[in-house]
Amino acid sequence: MKLIQVKNVSKEYRTGEITVKALRGVSFEIERASFVSFVGPSGSGKTTILNLIGCLDKPTEGELKVSGTDVAGLSRKESAAFRGKHIGFIFQDFNLMPVLTVYENIEYPLLMVQSLPSTERKDRVEKLLEEVGMADQKNKYPDQISGGQKQRVAVARALVTNPELVLADEPTANLDSETAYAVINLMKKMKDGFGTTFVFSTHDQKIVGEAEIVYFLADGKLVDEKVKGGKNGQPV
Amino acid sequence: MGNLFKISVRNLFRYKRRTFLTTSLIAFGVIFVLGYTSISGSFKNMMIGQVTDSMIGHLQVHRKGYVASIENLPLNMNLNPQAARKVESLLKLQPEVEDYSPRIKFGGMFSTFVETTNIRLNGVYPEKEFKTIPLLSSRITDGRKTLHRGEILIPELLARGMKAKIGDMIVIVATNQDGSVNGKQFEIAGILESATGPGGRDGYIHIEDAMEVLRMEEMEISEVAIRIKDFGQVETFTRKLDGLLSGEVNRQGARSLEVHSWQQLSPFYNIARMIDMMTIFIQLMLIAVVLISIMNVMIMAVYERIREIGTIAAIGTLPMKILSMFLMEGLCLGVIGTVIGNVIGMVIIFILNVSGWVTFDFGRQKGLVLSPTVDPVNMLVVSAIVIFVSVFASLQPALKASRMDPIQALRHV
Repeated sequence: MKLIQVKNVSKEYRTGEITVKALRGVSFEIERASFVSFVGPSGSGKTTILNLIGCLDKPTEGELKVSGTDVAGLSRKESAAFRGKHIGFIFQDFNLMPVLTVYENIEYPLLMVQSLPSTERKDRVEKLLEEVGMADQKNKYPDQISGGQKQRVAVARALVTNPELVLADEPTANLDSETAYAVINLMKKMKDGFGTTFVFSTHDQKIVGEAEIVYFLADGKLVDEKVKGGKNGQPV
Repeated sequence: MGNLFKISVRNLFRYKRRTFLTTSLIAFGVIFVLGYTSISGSFKNMMIGQVTDSMIGHLQVHRKGYVASIENLPLNMNLNPQAARKVESLLKLQPEVEDYSPRIKFGGMFSTFVETTNIRLNGVYPEKEFKTIPLLSSRITDGRKTLHRGEILIPELLARGMKAKIGDMIVIVATNQDGSVNGKQFEIAGILESATGPGGRDGYIHIEDAMEVLRMEEMEISEVAIRIKDFGQVETFTRKLDGLLSGEVNRQGARSLEVHSWQQLSPFYNIARMIDMMTIFIQLMLIAVVLISIMNVMIMAVYERIREIGTIAAIGTLPMKILSMFLMEGLCLGVIGTVIGNVIGMVIIFILNVSGWVTFDFGRQKGLVLSPTVDPVNMLVVSAIVIFVSVFASLQPALKASRMDPIQALRHV
């Protein structure tokens, strides 16, 4: 079964009298353990798609299944529980908790979302700290580490709950090219190591090439799909 | 819970100045309330002690209607000998009673052979009166702290006005119930310091001398003053005794005896009630201070951390946990402020006790030194109120945080 199934999904936002169509009948499917990118200019619908897949928002029309669950029908509380169990998030601004250390930031979802016992928490956090190369920085606070290091911590935090899917909205937008590549490579490494599906949005053409599948968006429509090693230009 | 606590405390320390100001405000409020309640409570207790232990006792038994005309000291409203014996035998059976003192109260003329004035007198058994009214002996500022037959204790105002001294012989002249006048010579054995309240300027003679002056063949007492072992049980025992005496009826079938607690006999009770009311208002002010300061801080905290709330909501933190996190911050602010306030408050009260700085005048009594004490129950009540209000004040901002849309929160700049 595909991890993500999106069929004729539309999303409208209403601001007073004005209705904005953010997505117009989008359909695609994403396999498990794939590395997928959504590309497009501002306002093309990249973030909206990620929000819908991430159960942060609901489609106005269409079907949306993540890991076999119709997430459009989940309540607010069920959505939160689903996210905590199945989905990890990486944010453009890292969004680490400033009052927690690197170690505690990674541990946070296990404590507050999954309530795991301490030994299992410790094992998972220590392992991820090693994987993302932050073991020696674990006692530092976010304001004591660089942007690239913060995003490494964010990657570890997204993976610590063993999610099937990690969503990253412009994860490299606030990083220099070198660090951006390092973070993307780290994400690829994690995808290979943990079998996690990574879906990220970007408009950085240089790192788009790192994705296995790239979906091109414009005006809320899927206009192109590029599969690495496959043929170009065939919309889904 | 431990992790919520850890995160909440760290968030509070993240905004050190704001946390310091808020906890200081709460602590200041707690100190103020503790100080006020301990000083006013001590004042109230001291005054109640003065009223009950130097004059009226904890409660009294009278013939029905006597209290209504007590200013006239009507001899025709005294208890008849049978009723008096009945009351005394009943009191002897009550385990709550520490002691009691029957009194004959009457008005008469006081003459030094040179000058004459009026006087209100209590005829008492001295040993019973001193046990029932333990501060009476301390009011004897000059002379012996005893009273024998043929002796009189006179109030200091009278002594000063009449230029009467210890050892002087005086004459008491009184009219009895039948209208006949009689007199008896007494030696002044002591001068009594005045006390504020009913009976505070009365003189004392032996009860048998009172019977002689009033030509009573059998003892007809005006009242029985009672002291009980546990002052806190005054109202309960008053009701109990009133029930036990309810069977005493006159020829018309109406109740012949009535029981009055000190609250019903002393005007100071209204002052005590006013003090209690003021204490409640002070506590309400504390609640307002805590409510406003905590609510203000928590609204600011939620507003400043909208993106953070969006992040924790996005990664799957349930709304209830987000709510708990902010409530915990309010709780911590309340607890820290309360603990600091209680500690500083107790230190201040201890210093006031040791130094004896708090003095006041009450009526003609000058320089009374207050010994403020912290009532543990009161301290617990104040602490519980502050902590409850702290959590309550955090509820609205916490609810706002828990209901926040993660997308809107993450977009917030």
